[in-house]
This record gives sequence, C-alpha cells and structure tokens, in this order.
Amino acid sequence: MSTETSTQVQKPEAPARNWRGLGWGFLVKLLLMMLVNALGVAAIMAAWNVEQWTILAVSVVFLIAADWVYFAKRTLPLKYIFPGLVFLLIFQVFTMGYTAYVATTNYGAGHNVNMQQAVDAALIQDERRVDGSPSYPLSVVKDGDTLGMAVVIDDVVQVGSEDQPLAPVDGGVADGAGRPTEVPGWEVVTVNDLLSDPELAQSVTDLRVPVSDEADDGSLRTRDGSSASIYRSSLVWDPETTTLTNTDTGVVYTPDEYGTFVGTDGSSLPVGFYVNIGFENFVKAVTDEDYAGPLLKITAWTFAFAFLTVATSFLLGLLFALIFNDDRIKGKKVLRTLFILPYAFPAFMSALLWRGMLNPEFGIINEWFFFGANINWLGDPWLAKFSILFVNLWLSYPYWFLVCTGALQSLPGETTEAAKIDGAGRWRMFRSITFPLLMVSTAPLAIASFAFNFNNFTIIYMLTNGGPRFADASVPLGHTDILISAIYQISGIAGGRADYGLASALSIVVFVVVGIVSAIAFRQTRKLEEIQ
Amino acid sequence: MRHKIGFGAALATSALLLTACSGGTTEESSSPSPSETETAIDASGVELTVWVDENREPAVAAAAETFMDETGATVTLVQKNFEDIRADFLAQVPTGEGPDITIGAHDWLGALIEGGVVNTVDLGDNAASFAQVGVDAMSYDGQLYGMPYALEAIALVQNTDLVGSDAPATWDDMIQMGVDAGAERPFCINTNGETGDGYTMYPFQTSFGAPVFVQEGGSYTSEVGMGGEAGTAFAQFLADNGEAGAGYLSTTIDYDTNNQLFNSGECAFTVQGPWALGSYTDVNFTVNPVPSAGGEAASPFVGVQGFYVSSQSANALLANIFLTDYIATPEAMQALYDADPRLPAFEGVSTESAAYPDAIAGFQASAEQGVPMPSIPEMGSVWDFWNAAESAIIKGADPASTWDKMVTDLTAALAG
Repeated sequence: MSTETSTQVQKPEAPARNWRGLGWGFLVKLLLMMLVNALGVAAIMAAWNVEQWTILAVSVVFLIAADWVYFAKRTLPLKYIFPGLVFLLIFQVFTMGYTAYVATTNYGAGHNVNMQQAVDAALIQDERRVDGSPSYPLSVVKDGDTLGMAVVIDDVVQVGSEDQPLAPVDGGVADGAGRPTEVPGWEVVTVNDLLSDPELAQSVTDLRVPVSDEADDGSLRTRDGSSASIYRSSLVWDPETTTLTNTDTGVVYTPDEYGTFVGTDGSSLPVGFYVNIGFENFVKAVTDEDYAGPLLKITAWTFAFAFLTVATSFLLGLLFALIFNDDRIKGKKVLRTLFILPYAFPAFMSALLWRGMLNPEFGIINEWFFFGANINWLGDPWLAKFSILFVNLWLSYPYWFLVCTGALQSLPGETTEAAKIDGAGRWRMFRSITFPLLMVSTAPLAIASFAFNFNNFTIIYMLTNGGPRFADASVPLGHTDILISAIYQISGIAGGRADYGLASALSIVVFVVVGIVSAIAFRQTRKLEEIQ
Repeated sequence: MRHKIGFGAALATSALLLTACSGGTTEESSSPSPSETETAIDASGVELTVWVDENREPAVAAAAETFMDETGATVTLVQKNFEDIRADFLAQVPTGEGPDITIGAHDWLGALIEGGVVNTVDLGDNAASFAQVGVDAMSYDGQLYGMPYALEAIALVQNTDLVGSDAPATWDDMIQMGVDAGAERPFCINTNGETGDGYTMYPFQTSFGAPVFVQEGGSYTSEVGMGGEAGTAFAQFLADNGEAGAGYLSTTIDYDTNNQLFNSGECAFTVQGPWALGSYTDVNFTVNPVPSAGGEAASPFVGVQGFYVSSQSANALLANIFLTDYIATPEAMQALYDADPRLPAFEGVSTESAAYPDAIAGFQASAEQGVPMPSIPEMGSVWDFWNAAESAIIKGADPASTWDKMVTDLTAALAG
C-alpha cells in the first residue's frame, strides 16, 4: 500500500513527509539519556579519583554501549533488553565470576592483603621505638621540596632530612618548650600547614631522619607532627628480589607459593598476602579426611531437610487451601490474613522465638504440651532435626497456602463441572483433576523452594547453630548443619579466622549441586505440562 | 521465608545528637603545641572516619566535636555492630574503604596483625596514665598497636537480700549460702544455651589450674594448657554439677534466661560482667570476685577495649593527633566512661558517675586477679572446641574422655 501512495504523490522530498518533529517521546528519551550520561560520567570520575581502573573501564564501556543502543536506529531489540543485560552482568555474572576468582586464591586470615600492603604492614610491625628514647618537641622544616626535622638535642638545635643525618645548625633558635622556631637555611612548617595539606602530612608521616651516619642508631619519626622519637627498624625491603632482609640477624624472608614470607632460618613473618593457588581449594574441599565423614552425613541431611521442608509445607498449605477455598466457610478473608502471619514475620526472629519456646526447662512447649517433661528438643540429634523441620514447616506453609489458594481459584470451572457430570467423587476429582492441574503451576515454585531451603542458612543458624555436635568427629560440625552452615563453620568466618578462598570453592560446589538437582527437576515438570 | 532484613551498620554522623561538651576544659589538656598553632588549626577538608559501636558513639562524638571545633577537620563516626567490626575492618582496610580509626577489643589483635591492617600507635604525653594491663594487652610481640581505654572482667554477682554481701571463699561455701538462704537456685550461670560458654566458666577452670594456654613469663605460648590432671578435674567438676549431677550448671540457661532468673530473685548467685547490671533492676546485689572451685585463685579473662589505627590510613598524622590529644585526656576518658561504664584503663577516671559505683569496685577487684584473654589469631577455633566440650559434659557426656578429645582436637587444629 505504501508503494502505491508514493507512486501517486511522486514527491522527491519523501523523507521530509515522514518528519513529524522531535516529539515528546524523543524529548523524554533525551532527558533520560542525559541523566544516564550524567550518572555514568559521575561514576567514571569517581572511579578515576579512587584509581579503580577496572570499574572505570567497565563504566566507560557501559556508557558508550548505552548511548549507542538508544541513539542508533538498528538496535530496537537491544533497547528493550539492555537494562536487563546490564543488571545481569553486574549482579549475576560479576558475582559468580568474582566468587570463582576468590576460590582460586588463598584470600583469608593471614593472606588478607596484596603483596605491597603486606610488605608495608611487615615494615610497620618491625619499626620499634628505641628503648628510652625521649619524645622531642619537633618542628617540621622544608627547603624547597626537601622535608626535614628540627629538634633540640643537648641544648643545640639540630636538623636533618631523609638523606642528611641530624647535625647541629648554627643560629638555630628554640622556644621555651624546646621546640625550634628558627632554623637558618630551612623554612619552618607549622602544624597548621601540615594538617591543612593531607599530602604534606602523609610525607611527614613517612619521613625518617637518621640520627647519625650509623643506620643502627635509628631515625627520628613523628606521628603527630609536633613531637618526634627515635625509632629503629631492622627489616629492609628489596623490590627487585621481592625479599625482606633482617639486617640484625641476616635472615632473608622470601615469599613462598602461598604468599607467606619464609625466612632462611625457617621462621616466617605473621603477615602474608593472597596469591593464586589454582584448584587447591577444590581439592581440599573434597579430600580432607577429617571432614569427609561429617560432610557425607551433612549432605544427606541437607537433601532430606530441603525435600521434607518443601513436601510437608506444601501438603499442609495445600490442605488448608482446599479447606478454606470452600464457599461454605465464613470470614475467609480474615482467616486467610491470619494464616499469612507466620510468613510475614522475619524468619530469624521467629527462629529465635522458637528456640526460646523449645528450651527444655523454661520453654512453653514442654510446659504446656508435655506436662513440664524435660524433653531436650534442640539437644538430641533426632529431636533437633524434627524441631527444625517443624519450625520451618510453621514458617513456610503460609507461603504454600497462599500459592495453592491462588492456583485453586484459577482452575478452569468447566473441567470440574464436566467431571461432576461424569459422576466423579470428591477424592477422584482431586486426584485426577485438581491436583495434576495444581502441580503444573506449583511445581516450578516447589523446585525454587527446594533450592532456597537447600541453602536456608538462617533457620539453622538461629535455631540450633548446627548443634548438637557430632560427638565422634574432630571438626566443629553438628547433626543439624546443612552444607551452607557447614561451609560457614569450616571457612572459619564465625571465629574470625576466615578462609574465604575455601569458602568460595565450597559455595561453588554447592551451587553446582543445586543447579544439577534443579535442572533435573525442571525436566521432570515438563511432563506435567503435557496434562494440560 | 523470603524476608531478609538488613540489620547491618547504620550510618550516623551524630555530632548533632549531642550538645557539645565544654570545649574549654579540653583545650587546657591538649598537648603543648607551638605558639603559632594556638590560633585555630585549619584542617578543613580533611576527613577522619572512625568506627564506633552504639554504646560508645555518644562519648566519641563528644571528643570528635571538640576536635572538629579546634581543627576544622571533619570526623565522620560510623556506627557499627561491635561484633561486625573485626571482620569488616579486616576486609575493608586493604580496599582503601576502611576507617582511619576503629574501636575494638584486644583479642582481635592477633588477627589484625596477621591481616596487616593495623598500625602501631604512641600514647602521647599521657602515656603514664594508662593502666599497664591495658597497654600490655594492646601490645603484641613488644609493639603497641592500640590505645586502651577500658577493661572488662566478669565477677560474682550476688543477691544481697538472699545471701548478704559477704563474698564466699569457695564454690562449696557459695552453694551452701545459697541453699541456706532458701533460694530456688543457689547459683546460675550462662552457658549460652547448648553452645557452651568457656568464657563465663573460665574463672572456675583457672581455679583448677588449667589455663587455656600454657603461660610463660606473663605471655601465652601456643601450647594448650587445659589437658592433664587439672583439666580432667575441672571436667569432673562440670559433670558433678551438671545436668546429670547436682544440676547447678545447665545448658538450658542462656544470657537472657540467666539475667531473668537472677533479676526475679530465683538465683542467689550468678557470674556476669558489668554489661549485665542494667538487667538487674528488681533485686539488690553486690559484686565480688569469683570464688575458687578447685583451690587456686579463680582468674577471669580480662578483656581490653581500645582504639586501633588503620595501616592504610591516608590521614595517619591527624588520626594520631585525634587519639593522643583528644581521646587520651582525662576529660575524654571520663566521657567515655560516663557513656558506657566499663572499668577505666586510664588513671583518674572517676567511677562515681556510674549507676553502680560499688559494683564497679567489685568488678575491679575481680579484674585484678584476672588474666588477659589471649589475642592469638587462632582464638576463634579455640572457642569452638572448648565451648562445645563444656556443653557436652554439662549435658552428661563422660567428662574425662570428652575433655581429652577436645584437647587433642584443639591441638591438632592449632598445628594444622
């Protein structure tokens, strides 16, 4: 049809006819893109300021991509999926990639910083105040770009810089407190000037003025800009060979493949840095003998816990949904609202409350329902497992009640009517029609719920913290630990001796397990859809 | 089941929350500065970030206020959960996102040093006013890494209406006093529920002569000292008084239950720290050193709290000035004490202002017979094994074998 029109009109300015001005839509787009660009440029500048080059590069790429996508003509599909892609890259792909990266390092306690920071820390820890060194009132001085320190020693004003050891200076004047106020050849820098200039302050903090030609005598150092003491360090860093040498003992510390500085005498420095150790964490995760036995039990319990939680809460939720979907029940709205309550409480609070209520001596569960019997709900391996399942049932059946109610209400009425006409009984109708149809919409949610409960750290941590402990194992794990809480224990994050590398490796193993289980389960649910 | 609540750190720049403390008094005590700096220092534009916990935030804010007035620098106080600070400090200092100064406990020190995140400090002109035990605790291998400001130790808290205020000399005396008074429970102690609490039980353990690590000349070695006959005797004590025995020790009692039991007058004695006193509003109590159960002195762990400077601070100079001239002063130390009464580690701090000055004296007496809590990085795994073994024995596990297994496992864990 369009070709017809054009042949009829036959005007050469055809494009101009389609020109309908910029339009409101374009203006809104322009405004939005201005915002995006402003934010992007702000992010780039912020990254520049803190010298985060990776973030800077990524921001630049994202910004250019955004402008291209929204101003180019041929990128219509991308216009819709670009925001989603950006979020996917930042929040999913980056997180996974970073976890995988950490899993190949030994980042954790003792390997917490990079090599330069570890060297800095080692030097800091090594530099000690010389015994009995007084605190001299100090004037920081400068000569052009050279910083120096001036102090009064033996009633004489002495001055020195990084390269020049302290030496008496003629004509120096000090005030009553013994602080030099005039140093010929040098300009006195006031504390005021020091503090207003962070860079200058930093150089003064780093400044060491040798007190004599002998390096062993130590050097003046100030921490506050107005007083100095003599400090001495014995470690020397050689960036060429990446070694630290102790000048007192002659021991040379060389970093080993784990990022620990090991000395020629077999000793090592407390601070190390993180290095890439390849797949060692993964190997350790599956081969450590101490952990093998407990982890097997924990894996079995994790599957049982996740499956039973979903099964019980689904069935109970479904039962209540069926009952409260009946038209003969009055006040359904109020009742349904009340049913949702456990779901509305934060899970960790509920878990803590239940922990109190299950206390064998003071808890109301024993007191009200078991005639004050001393049943140790959380202290016995099997009772603790039961308690966890029960509390989790209480927490999650409202969710299934909600989902099943919704699903029931959307079931096609004609199918059930047809079944009724065919003379099907209630049970038969439920078994052959309602339940299968219900499964079509709820099975994917059940799989998601399984995956969630597989890693349901909160309930375990808050209710039993994994306890009671395995009495026969030599590792701090317990009967109700699931894989994710075991990872938390093993990697030592709780105790402050974290091994993030190992924790990441174990998380990836769990991720793979959950992924496989979910994939198989989703495959199975396809069969359900054939019913429809 | 899908609700997540971020109960993490809330930011608070709370300088405005407080009425400024009298600036004049602090000026007098600041270090002798050169005459030209008596005119206001202008460090405007420089920002110091300080991590504090909720309790001490007001006091540090007061010191920060004076500092800001006098120097023009900005102090940003970031309020964090005390328990989170250690891990966050370790994680964030290397990224450059960490604070310049943080509040912290001395038993973190080993981990902070190993992590390379903490700088050394000087105490400045008032160095002599710091309690030696605090300075020692904040030192590691002869280097001082933190400015101590408070000590804490647990002690015996007794209900004076039931058992009077005389301190029992031994465990048996104490139980007898409690029984004679007709208390429902002569004694209760927090075991942190099923988890176990080696910290609160430690005075009784030391009274059997079974320290957590062998001590050599005041400092700890990494050799576990809980084994042997002394350790077994303590384990037997736990079993005898545990759930299968006399029942004075029970894993049904956690911190809140314990406070509740004592506050309701059901317990005659308990062992707690100064932080729990606020819960004892309904009873009259007094505080004494913990009685001995095994014959030797019952030494609780002494914890020290203080300020650490980040090794990556870009404003180390200003951070040090803040600590030495604005925190290490009698006024600031007093303000810290008033905000959150813990045993002061600074001479001259008046404990009169506390809600329970007498109780503080009792805790001080307890701390005097205490031993510093080890600050080696491995303490985390020590608690894990130790607490669990105590809990198991109290619940009725065989004392000797459970305890020996714990010592063996712990030694293995420390070696590997």
